[in-house]
Amino acid sequence: MKRIEAVIVGGGPAGMAAALSARQNGLENILILEREEELGGILNQCIHTGFGLHTFGEELTGPEYAARYVEKIEKEKIPFYTGTTVLEIQSEEQSKLKTVTAVNRIQGVFQLQADTVILAMGCRERPRGALNIPGFRPAGIYSAGTAQRLVNREGYLPGREIVILGSGDIGLIMARRMTLEGARVKAVAERLPHPGGLMRNVVQCLEDYDIPLKLNCTVAEIHGRERIEGVTLVQVDGENRPVPGTEEFISCDTLLLSVGLIPENELTAAMGAAMNEKTGGPMVSETLETSVPGVFACGNVLHVHELVDHVSREAEEAGRFAAEWVKKR
Amino acid sequence: MYDVLIIGAGVIGCAAARELSRYEAGICVVERCSDVCEGTSKANSGIVHAGYDAPTGSMKARMNVTGNEKMEELCRELDVSFQRIGSLVICMEEERIPELQKLYDRGIANGVKGLRLLNREETLELEPGLSEKVRGALYAPSAGILCPFELTVALAENAAANGAEFRLNTEVTDIVREHGGYIVRTNQGDLRTRMVVNAAGVYADVFHNMVSSDKIHITPRKGEYCLLDTEAGGLVRHTVFPLPEKKGKGILVTPTVHGNILLGPTAAPVEDREGVNTTKEGLEAVLHSAEQYVKELPVRKVITSFAGLRASEDGREFVLGEVKDAPGFFDAAGIESPGLSSVPAIGEFLAEMIQKRGGWRAKEKFESRRKGIRRFLELTPEEQQELLRENPAYGTIVCRCEKITEGEILEAIRRPLGATTLDGIKRRTRAGMGRCQGGFCSPRVMELLASELHRAQETITKCGGNSRMLAGHIRGTDSEKD
Ligand SMILES: Cc1cc2nc3c(=O)[nH]c(=O)nc-3n(C[C@H](O)[C@H](O)[C@H](O)COP(=O)(O)OP(=O)(O)OC[C@H]3O[C@@H](n4cnc5c(N)ncnc54)[C@H](O)[C@@H]3O)c2cc1C
Ligand SMILES: Cc1cc2nc3c(=O)[nH]c(=O)nc-3n(C[C@H](O)[C@H](O)[C@H](O)COP(=O)(O)OP(=O)(O)OC[C@H]3O[C@@H](n4cnc5c(N)ncnc54)[C@H](O)[C@@H]3O)c2cc1C
Repeated sequence: MKRIEAVIVGGGPAGMAAALSARQNGLENILILEREEELGGILNQCIHTGFGLHTFGEELTGPEYAARYVEKIEKEKIPFYTGTTVLEIQSEEQSKLKTVTAVNRIQGVFQLQADTVILAMGCRERPRGALNIPGFRPAGIYSAGTAQRLVNREGYLPGREIVILGSGDIGLIMARRMTLEGARVKAVAERLPHPGGLMRNVVQCLEDYDIPLKLNCTVAEIHGRERIEGVTLVQVDGENRPVPGTEEFISCDTLLLSVGLIPENELTAAMGAAMNEKTGGPMVSETLETSVPGVFACGNVLHVHELVDHVSREAEEAGRFAAEWVKKR
Repeated sequence: MYDVLIIGAGVIGCAAARELSRYEAGICVVERCSDVCEGTSKANSGIVHAGYDAPTGSMKARMNVTGNEKMEELCRELDVSFQRIGSLVICMEEERIPELQKLYDRGIANGVKGLRLLNREETLELEPGLSEKVRGALYAPSAGILCPFELTVALAENAAANGAEFRLNTEVTDIVREHGGYIVRTNQGDLRTRMVVNAAGVYADVFHNMVSSDKIHITPRKGEYCLLDTEAGGLVRHTVFPLPEKKGKGILVTPTVHGNILLGPTAAPVEDREGVNTTKEGLEAVLHSAEQYVKELPVRKVITSFAGLRASEDGREFVLGEVKDAPGFFDAAGIESPGLSSVPAIGEFLAEMIQKRGGWRAKEKFESRRKGIRRFLELTPEEQQELLRENPAYGTIVCRCEKITEGEILEAIRRPLGATTLDGIKRRTRAGMGRCQGGFCSPRVMELLASELHRAQETITKCGGNSRMLAGHIRGTDSEKD
């Protein structure tokens, strides 16, 4: 089994910054494992600007921000496998070594032995099921991030008449993006009395395009059997109960859900790390170490961050702590 | 001219096709949807009941008990997972204990093996996840669980491998008797056949009534469900039913063969034979009822909800067999629960009866076995290496929740009667059935479907018809991309 000083799971901004920092702090033998075909993580589909003001002092798009890190990774000759999904991380009590199991097209299922592992798997979107919205189950219901991927990476328009449930940043950004692509965004419904995303996104993505933001409002029912044909919106009171008589039907061919992000911690939980119920990420010490010795976490896998700059900062720390951990042994 | 035309590719139609494909007969299954298993067979509890529910002497009781006995072998032949986990009917009130005894007695009379009445301690020992308030239970070790789509697809594939023809996207609109058989009119033209099997689920009365003066009537009865994440797996280890009320069997809690927990179904008559929508009241009732007898129900772990329609005939009995005033027309109508449990028995029962009429010889080369799609990550390292050499696509994970590889998805498309829709992929491989419900993998699956089927990606549907996934290309991109 190949032995690696630091295996980094995930090649988004967190994984890349952690790898660079581990290298700067003296680790030679590093490997990044990324399940997509390229490094960059969620940034690759965020073609809007608003990244990097803190890190680089300028406004970059997501792919531009990612590209700067990819360049550095290549310059430092840090090895990475793309198209490689990590399946399991096991920690051996005595040796304190970690066994990382992964799969790709070339090696099939393979294992690595790691002194430290840095978790940088990012987050996933909360799906419809979690909301348990009654009605039919037609085509045309997407999470906002999936729609973003379809539009920005694959060049497809998911639909033409859109209702968005939830006012998280991805939903707001997609409201603008779909409008620019000629779709009509009929409403953004938010259950809470205030928007979920950043104020700047409310202004730049909704107000500038006259898209109504309906606060204290949710989807009560989904209509349409084959393709979605409309939704019933309803007002909710302070305790999230629908207010009878406030139902409103809006026709649409697409419902986008932007109802929150959840750190992606299947691997972390399966490894036996203690989890933080509040953040959805693992519990970590001041050195970003999880309850499994030698396993560190950073970026959205730890807790959902608003700004990528903060992700990069945190990941640099994690890389440094991991390097120190290896040297201490 | 077909020998037998089967209307409906649900589990019953496919079972009949599979059993009839043993003979030298020309068989055709006609299904209006774009895939098999798009009706009630895709939305039920997946329980193979022991057989104590139905009245003694009824067709339901007989088919259920025999079906249960034969299910293991059928699933072995077809490579379908079936787990005999046993079921418990639990009683929460002391004064209702005698009702357990009644169920027990009926079970014995129906020929159910292994039934036992348990007291409170025994019940809790067997099923520690239950509320402490439980008073006793009827334990039926022969009850089991299976995945209804897996069984339906397997029966269909095996029937097709043995020569049965499947006409999908073909809706029967009328049936006319003619000399020596029937003309079955469809939206794709007329089909001639000597005999007909009516396995049209909630529409079976419509077809029956076209040929017979002895009318039947089906009322769809809706059942709604919530499915919990595999993280909730282990909540219960058996299928747990509350004691039946007048209204129906009540909300059950059961593990599924894939490690999720299923809660449901409700029971409400509806007018709409397409009314598989869930309702606020229904979903609330499911969660509320289950909470009454499971210790800690993790309601926040719901990953999806759905509804199915029971085809309840007014007589509340299976209507099985040749229609008196329509020779050569065989009903499989009113097949509500325990229809799935009865599959092996109903398939054989119909096939035997029909073969007697047709007098065909048995095929010399009937292939009773079918292999399912292999789950790459569950294979041995040697098997994995071998598959990977055949196709490196087994090394790419497409569905991250259920860990399904590209190779498995390609196989689901390439098999006979292969998937052509997202739901088809989902039901054959489980890609899109997990925690994120296809959020991550659906763009990739659409791409694979488009390239394998040589179709533009915008034409790919969720489940046929008008269920397109995409509206088109975005501005300025090459519309010839595909
Ligand atoms: C739509 C959207 C808009 C945003 N807009 C802004 C903005 O305007 N300005 C801003 O500053 N920030 C923005 N952010 C936030 C910022 O982009 C994220 O916080 C940042 O990308 C998180 O970095 P990460 O590396 O933790 O996660 P990700 O970028 O999600 O990277 C995680 C990587 O891990 C990989 N991975 C996961 N599991 C495995 C596994 N088992 N095996 C191998 N690889 C795995 C994934 O494929 C992915 O590439 C936005 C985020 C989103 C989602
Ligand atoms: C809520 C619920 C829970 C259940 N739980 C259980 C259980 O746990 N155990 C058990 O044993 N049973 C259970 N059942 C019963 C079981 O699901 C059914 O008995 C079984 O699925 C019936 O299969 P089928 O093939 O008759 O019907 P279907 O699967 O409905 O198939 C009928 C087919 O006919 C097609 N069709 C209809 N009209 C036309 C037309 N005009 N032209 C062409 N094709 C047509 C339909 O598209 C459909 O594919 C349950 C049922 C429900 C609703």
